[in-house]
Amino acid sequence: MGNYLIRRFLLIIPTILMVYTIVFAMTRLLPGDIIDSMVQRAQRSGGEIDREAMERFLGLDAPVHIQYLRSINDLVLRGSLGESLQTGVPVTKMIFDRLGVTLELGIIALVIAVAISLPIGIFSAIRQDTIGDYVGRSLSIILIAAPSFWVATLILIYPSIWWGWSPPVELVSFVEDPLANIKVYIIPAFILGMAMAGTIMRMTRTMMLEVLRQDFIRTAYSKGLRENVVIMRHALKNALIPVVTIAGAELPVLIGGAVIIEQIFSLPGTGRLMVDALGRRDYALISGINLFFAGAVIGANLLIDISYAYLDPRIRYR
Amino acid sequence: MKQQIDTYEIEGEIRGPNRFRVFLGRLAREKPLGIVGGAIVALLLFCGAFADILSPYAMNEINIGDRFDPPSWKHLLGADQAGRDILTRLIYGARISMIVGLGATSVTVICAGIIGIPSGYFGGKLDITMQRFVDAWLSFPSLLILLTIMSIVGRGMLQIVLVIGILSGIGWSRVVRSAVIGVKVNDYFIAAEAIGSPTIMTLRRHVLPNIMAPIIVIYSVSVGWAILAEAGLSFLGFGLPPDVPSWGGMLSGEGRRHMEVKPALALLPGLALVIVIYGVNMFGDALRDLLDPRLRGASE
Repeated sequence: MGNYLIRRFLLIIPTILMVYTIVFAMTRLLPGDIIDSMVQRAQRSGGEIDREAMERFLGLDAPVHIQYLRSINDLVLRGSLGESLQTGVPVTKMIFDRLGVTLELGIIALVIAVAISLPIGIFSAIRQDTIGDYVGRSLSIILIAAPSFWVATLILIYPSIWWGWSPPVELVSFVEDPLANIKVYIIPAFILGMAMAGTIMRMTRTMMLEVLRQDFIRTAYSKGLRENVVIMRHALKNALIPVVTIAGAELPVLIGGAVIIEQIFSLPGTGRLMVDALGRRDYALISGINLFFAGAVIGANLLIDISYAYLDPRIRYR
Repeated sequence: MKQQIDTYEIEGEIRGPNRFRVFLGRLAREKPLGIVGGAIVALLLFCGAFADILSPYAMNEINIGDRFDPPSWKHLLGADQAGRDILTRLIYGARISMIVGLGATSVTVICAGIIGIPSGYFGGKLDITMQRFVDAWLSFPSLLILLTIMSIVGRGMLQIVLVIGILSGIGWSRVVRSAVIGVKVNDYFIAAEAIGSPTIMTLRRHVLPNIMAPIIVIYSVSVGWAILAEAGLSFLGFGLPPDVPSWGGMLSGEGRRHMEVKPALALLPGLALVIVIYGVNMFGDALRDLLDPRLRGASE
């Protein structure tokens, strides 16, 4: 186990370095100089910016490789992702200020996704090729095919036309009024969760089918155990390991979905921060958010691998 | 067992159109939903290819007098806020989805090959370096990185096809790489190496033909993703320009303000998208199951 962990940790160092290099290269490829846009903005508001002084101030007068090493230094030693070009506020602060909304949305969505998909996936597997199975499978395929921005749009439009109802938008803190807080999140989280539910449902079904064909399940049945005991104690436990992995690997999908859902429901999370940053061409913030979430995905993958090795002893001895 | 071997021998001898017919027969027998999917794909291609002939009006023809017209013989599905025929725009939307789906996926396959074949074939340090690069790209949540790159390269059809294609190709290169590694353990490959066959020749004669099944599978499975990605980007305003009738774009921007007056503006483009994605995925899954059952795993 120790060796496996060390190898796994060492492998993420070059990956993180490569992620950083990609983001750094992208910010250099952006159209229009950052200073140009600052000069233009200053002129519009009647001010004046000294180009050279500004370049020196932002460290853009140094050669590219020096800038690269400097920014790595900033990241590694100070954990800094730079400052927003628009507001001058540290990017990490801006991200953490908004992260709570995205986290809450993501967690509720994940809970809903698992609550919908596990029972249907299990049912589909134990009643393979029955009408119930076909309904379950069709549902999962439709959930995968329906884009969340369309479902969200329908939920905003039709109830408002039919019943004059629209989802609450005013965000209340969870500590102040938990119920009002959940009310705001529940519909966006439901839509986000449904998109994930399709994939998890299919995965659960496949894994259950595979486990149900194993010898130990036949043994469990033949020693006279009741069906729920066999399914719950023997089959589900073994089928769930890869399902957990898939649920974890859905993190990038969840983040992408949050960008769209937060935009539609005007939730002030990191996804919305990203779209706003793109609109204002705040490239320090854009690259910071990319870097932050790529780091989160790398971290999540590491956690998944470790938990997988812990849950399934065969992996440790590879 | 004997019977099975006979079948394989017979199938091995079939060539040309007959082979295609045998394949269609298997599709119909073993994967009826795949046929439904195939019919939807065929309809998409038909609408896309003949949009100019099929649609009753020109793509952006504005008849301000017809604003918000309900469905009638003049406008079968009604007209939008600018008096444009909704059916016409949906048919042209099929063309957009067709171009993005086929174009981006072609780029995906080429990109997956360019990264995956050398990585799997040469192995060693080249493989390790390339795979860390692939790891890094796969760490970015795809929508975030798509949005960022689209804001660098600007809106447009060529940009969207290239960006979606390349990003998806980097991910799929893993599958190509493992297919190439799978070929390398075969006797015919070892024999080719042993007689000193040049690299290009080995790749062309032995590797490429034997990784065609996963490549076709990549092609069929990623079309749906490409269409959805374009719709999502256009919805957020980073995909195609607003005057292009992309299904995703029709759900955002100007149209969004008028959806309460004309709910069909919200319903129809999304419905078209769901039907097409459903069809493409069903057809893709059926092709995958028939061509390369080993890839079934995660998504079944």
